Amino acid sequence: MTTETETSGDFTQPGMAGMVADWSGDKEAFNMHWGKLMMWIFLLSDTFIFSVFLTGYMKVRMSATDAWPNSSEVFALSFGGEPWPLLLIAIMTFVLITSSGTMALAVNFAHRGDVRKAVILISITAFLGASFVGMQVFEWSKLIGHEGVRPWGNPMGAAQFGSVFFMITGFHGMHVTAGVIYLAVVARKVGRGDYDKEGYDIVEIAGLYWHFVDLVWVFIFALFYLW
Amino acid sequence: MSDAASNQHPIGIYLKIWLLLFVLSTLSYLVDWYQLQGYLRWTLILFFMFLKAGFIVAIFMHLSWERLSLKWVLLAPPLAIAVLVALMAIEADYTFFNRLEFFDR
Repeated sequence: MTTETETSGDFTQPGMAGMVADWSGDKEAFNMHWGKLMMWIFLLSDTFIFSVFLTGYMKVRMSATDAWPNSSEVFALSFGGEPWPLLLIAIMTFVLITSSGTMALAVNFAHRGDVRKAVILISITAFLGASFVGMQVFEWSKLIGHEGVRPWGNPMGAAQFGSVFFMITGFHGMHVTAGVIYLAVVARKVGRGDYDKEGYDIVEIAGLYWHFVDLVWVFIFALFYLW
Repeated sequence: MSDAASNQHPIGIYLKIWLLLFVLSTLSYLVDWYQLQGYLRWTLILFFMFLKAGFIVAIFMHLSWERLSLKWVLLAPPLAIAVLVALMAIEADYTFFNRLEFFDR
């Protein structure tokens, strides 16, 4: 907790005393940009959606009597005749982390009022997100076309593997796709000067969404691909 | 401005966290690369996962600089998920046992 940041803005007091003041005062409990609060609430609900998917995956995998396909082999890429375990997934992970980094910088520049840099960084973020989706399309087509994975079965083992895979990565990919569109719109509007008067909170709000997409991938990467 | 916090952060902290996330991702990838198995594998995967998630939420999403009210609103409800996971783990064991018992596989 840094006090320098809390004395500025509309912080009442740091810590528990501030929380009591927030809730007991005859005023709104969350004194912040409404859009930011709403984005946080949305992300909380989205957390539950992904958690339920991942919990369902756990349940299905634990109760499967056939062996679960070895993700390390299923998602391997061959380079020069040698299989590289999870190579594409690792690249996708690094791309998404990098996009999160550029987004964090974009938010920072937007708050400093450096609009040009912010727009460039948001655009880079959207581009990295789009390349993530591209790699996912490649992964899906490889899995469907070459490995013969279907939602109802696959040649490698437990039939539930396909349905869980398509459900979870598909839903995440949909979030990334929506995020790319969202970021593109924000970049355009910020660059055009639509927010010059009301401030650049929109960049921070879009940033929250984008970091969340990266956050979900951290869990999918660990629990689905590595487990 | 609702968030006076982020305009006072130097760029350096984001670059450091970015680098850290790269290192942590590489480490969790190495868990698979060296084919570590059993409890060691699961512990390391979960450890790196929560560490990465924590840094993303705390620094990139600025949650560590937000007011306590918001922290509670966001961090308390997911505890219900832990309950769900525990219940479903018990349920999964039960399903698995019944499949072995009655479906002869």
